[in-house]
Amino acid sequence: MDDIVIQTRDLQKEFVRDEFHVIALKDVNIEIHRGEFVALMGPSGSGKSTLLHLIAAMDTVTGGEITVLGENLRKLSDRQIAHWRNEHVGFIFQQFNLIPVLNAIENVELPLKITNLKKQDRIDHARTALELVGLGDRLTHYPRQLSGGQEQRVAIARAIVTDPALILADEPTGNLDAASADEALTLLSRLNKEFGKTVVMVTHDPHAARFASKIYHLEKGELLGQEAAAAD
Amino acid sequence: MAIPITYNLRNLIVRKTTSIMAALGIALTVAVLLAVMSLVHGLDTSLKATGNPLHVLVLRKGANSELVSGVSREQFQDIKFKPGIARDKAGEPFASLEIVTVINLTSVDAPDGVNVTLRGLNPIGVELRDELKLVNGRWFQPGKREVVVGASIAKRFPGARMGEKIHFGRGDWDVVGVMQAGQSAVNSEIFGDLNQVSSDFNRSEALSSALLRTTDAVSADALVKALQDDQRLNVSSQLETEYYSKQTTAALPIQFLGGLVAVIMAVGSSFAAMNTMYAAVARRSREIGTLRVLGFSRGSILLSFFAESVLLAGVGGLLGCLLVLPLNGLTTGIGNFATFSETSFNLTVSPSIMASGIAFAMLLGAVGGFFPARSAAKREILVALRAV
Ligand SMILES: Nc1ncnc2c1ncn2[C@@H]1O[C@H](COP(=O)(O)OP(=O)(O)O)[C@@H](O)[C@H]1O
Ligand SMILES: [Mg+2]
Repeated sequence: MDDIVIQTRDLQKEFVRDEFHVIALKDVNIEIHRGEFVALMGPSGSGKSTLLHLIAAMDTVTGGEITVLGENLRKLSDRQIAHWRNEHVGFIFQQFNLIPVLNAIENVELPLKITNLKKQDRIDHARTALELVGLGDRLTHYPRQLSGGQEQRVAIARAIVTDPALILADEPTGNLDAASADEALTLLSRLNKEFGKTVVMVTHDPHAARFASKIYHLEKGELLGQEAAAAD
Repeated sequence: MAIPITYNLRNLIVRKTTSIMAALGIALTVAVLLAVMSLVHGLDTSLKATGNPLHVLVLRKGANSELVSGVSREQFQDIKFKPGIARDKAGEPFASLEIVTVINLTSVDAPDGVNVTLRGLNPIGVELRDELKLVNGRWFQPGKREVVVGASIAKRFPGARMGEKIHFGRGDWDVVGVMQAGQSAVNSEIFGDLNQVSSDFNRSEALSSALLRTTDAVSADALVKALQDDQRLNVSSQLETEYYSKQTTAALPIQFLGGLVAVIMAVGSSFAAMNTMYAAVARRSREIGTLRVLGFSRGSILLSFFAESVLLAGVGGLLGCLLVLPLNGLTTGIGNFATFSETSFNLTVSPSIMASGIAFAMLLGAVGGFFPARSAAKREILVALRAV
């Protein structure tokens, strides 16, 4: 089995708006392996989110190649990408992005609606995911009834409920207090270590990056190189 | 497979004020439409119930209503012995020579008076209409100034009830009975003795029409043809059912006007629905982006917002049905241009009329929801997510 989860070759992303051209990513060559917990660091505007979006096929590449979990993303249609993402990628946002009119378990069940699972199985999976993030007692709470930390944990449960191989997180602790941030990071680390999920996390917080096993630095769209994380 | 409908339902509830406004607009549109439809349906039912498929109505050639028709006693002598006409116990042909004219009756809600059909006929005419029943009093007697009024007349005109006198022709007439014939237009007519009525109006020779009872459907058709082809008689003939169903055109002006109002309101309320849905799409942009990231396709986003609009409109349609339901069974009258008199009938808000109202509402929702739903589906994920 191929051990490489993400591989890019001279990956480039250029934004064109009116007469302005912004090169957000320039000749990025990166290889991320199964079971790694990678932190993408760099100053604001360095292209971290852009890289994450390309990995999740949420945006289109303007140059080079990107292969994720063996798929050449440039070759997939819109529909195929949607399916692929549902099956293989869990995405965690800085703003949580829960659906306000749905309660915790309904939010978590949502990605399973695209699968062929039966209603009871969907509920079971969603409950298991919520129990895993420590919210087994908050199943029917609506997002507005939860704290920020709890919301983010619901969002993490939603990201893992389809049992994806890859978890992507864009500044997952950016809106959290220190204690909640640590809880979320501990969770990601557990998912990585216990469940073997490959995690790619964008952050500009060195403390957060310490939970990762590998740290990449980006600056002005260029990949500077890698360091092994210092922590445990 | 799709975004759950509860998602849409709860969003509609969350923004209840705008939802209610949009639904109300659609409800009113549907109410107008349904009111017109139940009016037409009621009139239609009444007119359809009037004719008997075994009856053949004979008019002067070229006349399209009994009121402008003329049939003489001499013509009638020829008509009544045509083959195919049923006979009563005494062996007399079931053929009724009749005079039809219009008189004016006043009531509380119509002080200027309303035109009502007056029909003069012999007892045979009463006998051959087997739907016709006395509900009160007795039949008029030949040679007397007596009338029997239709049940709707008795209901709508207090001055024309049992025991009252009504004035027309050359004097007062006693109301001696009240008659009813199902839902038929006869309920809006007044019957009197043929000779008495025709002499009051100086038309002893110039009568209006002949109504013939045939033995079966085949002889009815044959009789129609035979009368039609008789050059010497110079009359036109048709099945009584045909004659009345043609008069549904009386509702045309209302149908047209109501239809016009409904169309204008439909355009307005579907724009209102569109507006509401555009606002919803804008407000939920980040949710749209999120749903796409979770793996929902553009198609399911389109379907979801489309369904939400149809759902909203469907609720409006249901509300519209509730608004018109009190009209069900209400009796009203309509000026009939063929007879120049009033035909009363019941408004009928039937289940099928309500179903078509809800379907129409959903159509409005579909039209109003399509473009907002498409714009939601077209959004790029990152653009959608970036919105606040
Ligand atoms: N949709 C866009 N249109 C134009 N420029 C963009 C767009 N998205 C990102 N950029 C630019 O690309 C660069 C990288 O952005 P981003 O990846 O969001 O940075 P980071 O996440 O590291 O803060 C920035 O200069 C940003 O302004
Ligand atoms: Mg960013």
